[in-house]
Amino acid sequence: MSETAEKSKVIKGRTGDWEIVLGLEVHAQVASNAKLFSGAAVGFGAGPNEQVALVDAAMPGMLPVINKHCVEQAVRTGLGLKAKINHWSRFDRKNYFYPDLPPGYQISQYKDPVVGEGEVLVERDDGTAFTVRIERLHLEQDAGKSLHDQDPNATYVDLNRAGTALMEIVSMPDMRSSDEAAAYVKKLRTILVYLGTCDGDMEKGNLRADVNVSVCRPGDYEKYRETGSFSHLGTRCEIKNVNSYRFIQQAIEYEARRQIEILEEGGSISQETRLFDPGKGETRSMRSKEEAHDYRYFPDPDLLPLELDPAWVKEIEANLPELPDAKKARLQSQYGLSAYDAGVLVSEQARADFYEAAAKGRDAKLTANWVTNDLAAKLTAAGLDITESPFGPAVIAELVQLIEEGVISSKIAKDVFDRMWAGEGGPAEIVEKQGLRQVSDTGALEKIIDDLIAANPGQAAAVKEKPQAIGWFVGQVMKATQGKANPGAVNQLLKSKLGLE
Amino acid sequence: MSELTSLTLKAALDGLAAKSFSAAELTQAHVEAVEAARALNAYVVETPEKALEMARASDDRRARGEAGPLEGAPLGIKDLFCTEGVSSTAASKILGGFKPTYESTVTANLWRDGAVMLGKLNMDEFAMGSSNETSAYGPVVNPWRKQGSNADLTPGGSSGGSAAAVAAELCLGATATDTGGSIRQPAAFTGTVGIKPTYGRCSRWGVVAFASSLDQAGPIARTVEDAAILLKSMAGHDPKDSTSLPVEIPDFPAFVGKSVKGLKVGVPKEYRVDGMPAEIEALWSKGVEWLKEAGCEIVEVSLPHTKYALPAYYIIAPAEASSNLARYDGMRYGLRVDGANLTDTYEKTRAEGFGTEVKRRILIGTYVLSAGYYDAYYLKALKVRRRIADDFDQAFQKIDALLTPTAPSAAFALGDKSDDPVAMYLNDIFTVTTNLAGLPGMSLPAGVDASGLPLGLQLIGRPLDEGSLFSLGGAIEKAAEFRGRPQKWW
Repeated sequence: MSETAEKSKVIKGRTGDWEIVLGLEVHAQVASNAKLFSGAAVGFGAGPNEQVALVDAAMPGMLPVINKHCVEQAVRTGLGLKAKINHWSRFDRKNYFYPDLPPGYQISQYKDPVVGEGEVLVERDDGTAFTVRIERLHLEQDAGKSLHDQDPNATYVDLNRAGTALMEIVSMPDMRSSDEAAAYVKKLRTILVYLGTCDGDMEKGNLRADVNVSVCRPGDYEKYRETGSFSHLGTRCEIKNVNSYRFIQQAIEYEARRQIEILEEGGSISQETRLFDPGKGETRSMRSKEEAHDYRYFPDPDLLPLELDPAWVKEIEANLPELPDAKKARLQSQYGLSAYDAGVLVSEQARADFYEAAAKGRDAKLTANWVTNDLAAKLTAAGLDITESPFGPAVIAELVQLIEEGVISSKIAKDVFDRMWAGEGGPAEIVEKQGLRQVSDTGALEKIIDDLIAANPGQAAAVKEKPQAIGWFVGQVMKATQGKANPGAVNQLLKSKLGLE
Repeated sequence: MSELTSLTLKAALDGLAAKSFSAAELTQAHVEAVEAARALNAYVVETPEKALEMARASDDRRARGEAGPLEGAPLGIKDLFCTEGVSSTAASKILGGFKPTYESTVTANLWRDGAVMLGKLNMDEFAMGSSNETSAYGPVVNPWRKQGSNADLTPGGSSGGSAAAVAAELCLGATATDTGGSIRQPAAFTGTVGIKPTYGRCSRWGVVAFASSLDQAGPIARTVEDAAILLKSMAGHDPKDSTSLPVEIPDFPAFVGKSVKGLKVGVPKEYRVDGMPAEIEALWSKGVEWLKEAGCEIVEVSLPHTKYALPAYYIIAPAEASSNLARYDGMRYGLRVDGANLTDTYEKTRAEGFGTEVKRRILIGTYVLSAGYYDAYYLKALKVRRRIADDFDQAFQKIDALLTPTAPSAAFALGDKSDDPVAMYLNDIFTVTTNLAGLPGMSLPAGVDASGLPLGLQLIGRPLDEGSLFSLGGAIEKAAEFRGRPQKWW
């Protein structure tokens, strides 16, 4: 851990320094066309209660049947998190009453999850990295949706979401700042999207987090890591269902300060479940430990234990895509990219794919710059995804080629790119149409330079004393050629004619 | 045409095949018998029009040469089975008015094979009870009476309606379910044959759940052969039930009448319980003699954990039930009693919708699954369950089947035990073990007690070996020559 990261997690209190300790339970909706235990469709945009099978509505005598695809997605995710796959796992019932939970229980995995311990390597903004240990991943059903705003005197229930498969990914308390928590969720999301096991759409709630926040004094966390005993850590509060990076960070900042305030006034933290109110930017109590449900977990007798064939797991493993960490390392070694550029490229699989397609046979670094800077900036401004880019990788490659071959300068390339974005055509086409081909014709350039030196003898003499002043001549040549002069050729000619060589 | 209702299922199927009578005639006779027997309260829903329509369709199929194995046979269906468009309430007020849009797999199998539905049969509420007295529709009355007495007796439970309807000739056979003895004890109390097959033989899809790991459907019929014919149609793998076994269905009727020579039959000493009437003890010995005469070898065996079975059962079954019955919350179907707020609505609906025994079991089940009690009760009960299954596994190393009494008494009077749940639970003492171990168990009539009431013997088999039970049952049936039918008083 770097020095700067060490410092950032400290919060100064009136009674001394405090540190934050964070553990996350991320709920990721499994990318699947059907629900976890029914054949009902999963999808956004259907009318209320249009995607409900008899078992989702808990009609009498209806039974759950496991969806193998959802299990495969969980196993794939487990493998992507370098986690232990449990070849024997089991579904339990979590019992509680609520109208959006028709059977009165949620089918989940309590004691025996399908995926055990794993880990995620997370990069901080400053380029350093840390590891978050994954405690487990289990499959469970989502509940339906209660609509409280349709009628002043009644609550409506939409069961379309009821029974949809979720993966709950539980981390150890290994994040020490709100930035680290957000970075972890980002990285986890990237991995899930790479694996194709969750679409990662946080706006639709397809990825959301329960954040466990506690505070402790400097040194306590290290004691916990040495001994494994949670007694060294503070009492935690769980903030439920936070569904954006920004809210995760805001919730943590608020909650940590709330806890510190209580502790500094001699109070104690009571373990409870809290809700984050994005409007007010604060958390508030949802239910205390005393009010916590007794879920009466027990193995679901309608389902057999989930037994996985090791050969099937191996097959899934063999077909895993290249994951972000491996891809980043490869981009660095294969293309000579910086860790930063490689990191930006792999943060989205489509962007990395775009890059690799564009960089084929081209200057790798130059291509990376165009993909991560100019193109990315335009896309972001337009609110577009890389997959929605108006030009494909071949077009970027064409532009880079024009620069590489000296047909246009990098500066002119930016103009060409703006015109491309404006829909004026392809790079070569624009260069030709606009006459942007740079002037490398030494004869023409010599004439301009000779005239310049003749007209400005004082400046020419000064350059001999102060070679940096050559820039003035370069600028003048560019002006005279409307920027089309090849800067390399101009420099070369100026140097020889001014006697700098 | 009353003689048509007296036929065995086999004889009726033969008569239909020989065109001695039509399915419509056979069904009409049964519809009339059902109407005339309302005093028994066996049917909670009569569907005469549907029955006659199905019968006519059956006659058409037969005319086209498309007769199925149960073509034209009028049957009664326990109200626990969901039947499309026909009230299916598990004899509970909380499911009042519920008409499913779907058909249970077991009943769908019966209709596929040509059977005709006469109506829905009474039962203990949610199959919780041993006397049919917990039904929201009131108890079924056993067609049997003690000699010289007019006192109403229980037909047993929970499949009391099924057993009474079969005994009183109100159907040729009936579906039933058995979670702790609910097929076998009523069969014993009514002089009928009932078999609970191996767990997973019959699909649970569309059967209102009581205790999922124990519930199993099976038939009640008047002969061993009839039971075999019915089970063959009811059984079969169903991908919609994860616990349904992906195995072939043997030709069960072919096992009836097969020689039992050389089969080893165990007699478990732990089933000799205190206070068991001498008549039952004597009948058991008779059963042993009959099987010996048929060529079986009788072996005394020990099932040492038997005494823990009943307590374990009365933890596991309520635990599962407490969760299975959570869906009856007034939100989507059945009874709803509006309250001041959500919790109040839940409480009022469930307070009014469930009967006392169901509430008792929900409370027990909720308690044994609660934090702090789970290990001491539920987990311990699961361990006992494992031991009981191990006992059977070991016994079946040496023997092919077990012979025991079905119930510790003959039918008792309605009201006799309704105030004493523990006395009521003791009815299941010989039957719960097979549910806990998932084994097939059959009850068949083997004699009568001093007051003329039928008594049953139970055969327990290896997993998936219903075949041996049909063979042994056939041998006992033949030797016992039980021909008794209740005197018609209704």
